Amino acid sequence: MLLCGLALTVFAASAKPNPGDPKNAPITGNVAIHFKNVVDGKALKLNDSLSLYKNANGDDFKLTTFKYYISNVSLIAKNGEKVAIPDSYFLVNAADSTTLNQQITNIPEGKYTGIIFTIGVDSLRNFAGAQTGVLDPAKGMFWSWNSGYIFVKLEGESPKSTAKKNRLTFHIGGAKAPNNTIRTFTQKLPKTLKINDGKLPELELIANAGALFQGKTTVDFAKLNFTMGGPNSVVVANNYADGLFKISKVKN
Amino acid sequence: MKAKGIVFFVLLTFITVSTAFNYGFKGINYGIAADSVRFAVPANFPKPVYDFKDNPVTSNGFKLGRILFYDPIISKDKSISCANCHQSFAAFANLDHAVSHGVDECLGTRNAPPLFNLAWQKEFMWDGGVHHIEVSPMNAMTNPCEMATDLNTIVSRLQQTTAYPVLFKAAFGTMEINSQRMFRALAQFTSMLVSANSKYDKYIRKEKGGDFTENETAGYALFKQKCSTCHQEPLFTDLSYRSNGLDLKPDDIGRDSITHQETDRGKFRVPSLRNIELTSPYMHDGRFETLKEVLAHYNSGVKPTANLDPALHQNNVYGIRLTTLEQNQLIAFLKTLTDRDFVNDKRFQAPE
Repeated sequence: MLLCGLALTVFAASAKPNPGDPKNAPITGNVAIHFKNVVDGKALKLNDSLSLYKNANGDDFKLTTFKYYISNVSLIAKNGEKVAIPDSYFLVNAADSTTLNQQITNIPEGKYTGIIFTIGVDSLRNFAGAQTGVLDPAKGMFWSWNSGYIFVKLEGESPKSTAKKNRLTFHIGGAKAPNNTIRTFTQKLPKTLKINDGKLPELELIANAGALFQGKTTVDFAKLNFTMGGPNSVVVANNYADGLFKISKVKN
Repeated sequence: MKAKGIVFFVLLTFITVSTAFNYGFKGINYGIAADSVRFAVPANFPKPVYDFKDNPVTSNGFKLGRILFYDPIISKDKSISCANCHQSFAAFANLDHAVSHGVDECLGTRNAPPLFNLAWQKEFMWDGGVHHIEVSPMNAMTNPCEMATDLNTIVSRLQQTTAYPVLFKAAFGTMEINSQRMFRALAQFTSMLVSANSKYDKYIRKEKGGDFTENETAGYALFKQKCSTCHQEPLFTDLSYRSNGLDLKPDDIGRDSITHQETDRGKFRVPSLRNIELTSPYMHDGRFETLKEVLAHYNSGVKPTANLDPALHQNNVYGIRLTTLEQNQLIAFLKTLTDRDFVNDKRFQAPE
């Protein structure tokens, strides 16, 4: 249920006994991934009007929506080899607690010291036909008028916002130059991750919503409070490329 | 007199057909027989863009797509189906509607494009914002001024019927209904809308019924000389985005809304000229009622817009100079692009 349909298909296919030589099938394992959404160190809580967050510019805001995709996960093996996990697509929705605990499946057995993933969805899937599973456009993360996925969707309100009802609308996406917002996240793991058949190690991934508004460009909600792709989305993607995610814990 | 006769004929056809459509359409017959269908590339066409690899056309898939296309269950108040703005008798454009008319009497900003030869298109909509035939219906489904609904609502409505789970099972093997299956069924229907049997096609393929009159021959020569840069054969569009000098200050920025490029401001996709006789009104906003008005624009109405296509500014002349005789010859040729077999194909019409 938590997994993307595509990953399930692959998993189901690989779980079938190999009629040729079953010993040739690589031993694989899974890792649990716990998503922890925060705003600059504070726990992220939606629709909390009592305690507002502050962006790097000092503007107060509250959040009503925070959703994001990560995809194309690769792990870096101890020997430096990059091991791509096929069909790894994850959608996290702060409003749906079932999406906060997921699993990366079908990882070849071994020891891993680093992780690489796409923040968003790869270009190919953005322009492919109708998808299913977590990539189903019914998930509300697909633009109908300008094909492609919304990689990160943040909505809220700020008294500083000049938009109607003080809204904040940050829909970051776009997979074509010059407004390509696909970013790759790379991190050395704080501890070696051991994948064994039968064991379920865990990763904690912190997602900091505050990262959209700081880094290369400090966002002033009076000036930037709405973007749905295009140059301003690139500004925000450049901001969050390094600061949005951090693997904080590895538990074997 | 001749012109009047044509107008009368068109009007009569419109009244007859629209009456049949609005009042004679008794609702969907979910039990129609599955037509035998096969996607075939016409002899004078290139290889299609859509590869059908993950979605081969089957009789039951096509039938489901056809039923979905005509079912107003897809719109917010169940009042509008795809066929409201894409009418078979208008080559699946919207006759007499400058812009689309959605739910709650909402009027959109653009003219509903005709639907045919979509399997050869790599991008969709006037601004090319949609990149795949399968997801192209999502635009109309979710636009608040068109069908104004969302995919979860549509999928759950379909699940709650007795007819659809059975139709999905016949098409895809199980009763599961999801947006992917819905989009794939619709793509089976829309990709099958191939128009390649006009008099022009018969002329090119040297088939019976393909003899051009003197006027048509002259018009074809003019077309090749003056129009084919953009309206390339055999699709009669090069599928590029161009400004044809409509407005110095465009209300609709067109392609720029997708690319965010100043150089794309006021550009729209070059439309196909196939079935152009049936798809009035013309241009992205349906501003011209007749082909005569369109040619008058190219002759003397082209304005020096910021991104005017170079093909429309040659030798210090804006537009394409055409005498009245040449305009008439061109129109005679354009009418050879009308494909009656296509618009009369029962397989594409309402499943009554």
